[in-house]
Amino acid sequence: MADSFSINDEMSGRRKFLVAATSVAGGIAGAAIATPFLLSMMPSERAKAAGAPVEVDISKLEPGMLIMVEWRGRVVWVLNRTPEMLATLKKVEGELADPNSEKDQQPEYARNSTRSIKPEILVTEGICTHLGCSPVFRKDIAPADLGPDWLGGFFCPCHGSKFDLAGRVYKSVPAPTNMVVPPHVYLSDNRLLIGSDSKESA
Amino acid sequence: MSNRLNSMTEWIDKRFPLTSNWKAHLSEYYAPKNFNFWYYFGSLALLVLVNQLITGIFLTMNYKPDASLAFASVEYIMRDVDYGWLIRYMHSTGASMFFVVVYLHMFRGMMYGSYRKPRELLWLVGMAIFFVLMSLAFTGYILPWGQMSYWGAQVIVSMFGAIPVIGDTLSQWLLGDFTLSDAALNRFFAYHVVTLPLVLIVLVFVHILALHEVGSNNPDGIEIKANKNPKTGIPVDGIPFHPYYSVKDIVGVVVFLMVFCGIIFFAPEMGGYFLEHNNFIPANTLQTPDHIAPVWYFTPYYSMLRAVTVNFLWIDAKLWGVILMAAAVVVFAFLPWLDRSPVKSIRYKGPIFKFALTLFVISFLVLGWLGMKSPTPLYTLLAQIFTVIYFAFFLFMPWYSKIDKTKPEPKRVSK
Repeated sequence: MADSFSINDEMSGRRKFLVAATSVAGGIAGAAIATPFLLSMMPSERAKAAGAPVEVDISKLEPGMLIMVEWRGRVVWVLNRTPEMLATLKKVEGELADPNSEKDQQPEYARNSTRSIKPEILVTEGICTHLGCSPVFRKDIAPADLGPDWLGGFFCPCHGSKFDLAGRVYKSVPAPTNMVVPPHVYLSDNRLLIGSDSKESA
Repeated sequence: MSNRLNSMTEWIDKRFPLTSNWKAHLSEYYAPKNFNFWYYFGSLALLVLVNQLITGIFLTMNYKPDASLAFASVEYIMRDVDYGWLIRYMHSTGASMFFVVVYLHMFRGMMYGSYRKPRELLWLVGMAIFFVLMSLAFTGYILPWGQMSYWGAQVIVSMFGAIPVIGDTLSQWLLGDFTLSDAALNRFFAYHVVTLPLVLIVLVFVHILALHEVGSNNPDGIEIKANKNPKTGIPVDGIPFHPYYSVKDIVGVVVFLMVFCGIIFFAPEMGGYFLEHNNFIPANTLQTPDHIAPVWYFTPYYSMLRAVTVNFLWIDAKLWGVILMAAAVVVFAFLPWLDRSPVKSIRYKGPIFKFALTLFVISFLVLGWLGMKSPTPLYTLLAQIFTVIYFAFFLFMPWYSKIDKTKPEPKRVSK
């Protein structure tokens, strides 16, 4: 084979072109056959269909109490904040990275000082915006491990990120943004729909 | 009888290069005669690989890669399958011991300059093996679908989500779902038992082929091929791998198996370091365990991941942590070009290198220890300091390895 290249010098231009053309065609065929395999790894139709909203009854949610709800395989917290808890939100603002919720981590109707529709009820995904752990609800004030300035909030055991009682992230922790407030709507005073903005889709 | 055997060998040799390969890779592969303790870990890594392959095959006979069945199937192996506990503990202990021997094997290379010319490719193939090994350990740890499996995977996969622009799509592509779920478990199983082992076996084969092309380094870091017997063409400081080193390695295997069996029979969980306590709780997607740490062999990198707490330039702290963690692993691959010392081995390197390597080992161990602890402000500060030392070892190497006061290398290997 090697000889035939050198013997027939006049052919080398044509041969080169044919080799290049065959390689390009082969490359395209390779990419084409790889596509269905790579796309087969995307979420399936069944996975896409599994995102239906969930309804929660919050009539038995006492002040200071937190319940966990599963939506799309994620944990969503519903926290009924006491007036004392709400008062801490103002006090910690100086230590927060994004106290006014400027980054797009919540629907418009939750872009306020309490990050909620009803001031006392916080609805947020219980997932740390760092690497997806679920932070721990720490309502104890000034515990030994979190220091005397701790007024209650969420602490991520994985990498030490801290959030206040509105899911707003503290400065100088690994998590970059506030926790995500999922779309939600009140169907009535005590019936909360998580995963949708409108009452119709219930 | 021996006549029959000879004629059979002859018959095979005409059809397959059996004798010539036996000679090239064993009975006439000349290795330096001054190998020491540190040269056990290559062959031990091979032993652990075989252990993982065999025990792994038997585990797949009873394991179920289904989020609703996986945890119970592992418990079934532990309780109801005859000797299932033994096979599983051999596999789980093997995973940790794989990293023990591979870390020591890498440290040997760093001490004696085994990554230097002409062994750069050998080192790079070794690094590729290290990456595949880490992927294998990660995918394997997910399979029992316990609390640590689930949340460990959550953390690792979220790292890909930190990559700008493509991050979200990439993590959906990796998970096959919008969250970590059955789809991910199923495919991680495929990676763990098919894809990655195949790649690993090929890479190990290439690693040995590359080694036998350039020849083994030795504690003196001098080339034995530079001094050959003019008549035979055999290095004067070389001895045939078989029987000399095959027998030596068997001694290592015996001692290693004593330790290995000791762990399997008396401390298979190794106090929570080899098998973490929280992984005996089924995965709960609603609650992260109070204390989460990876298995010990990942903790140095994990410390670096969470050490970054400030945004820098236009990149936020989260992405920096991921970048730093990846860099901490990849940086080893650059060693052949970072080391500018005129000598290879630590025996003839100067005090600065010895100091730097000691400091590096200390920072690796301290970071590993910090990675197992819950983060406190003091620990985070320590992690930051030792992360800087870790990287300084590599980044300043071109400079300090050049100005270091070295000793002259000997002509022949020392006893």
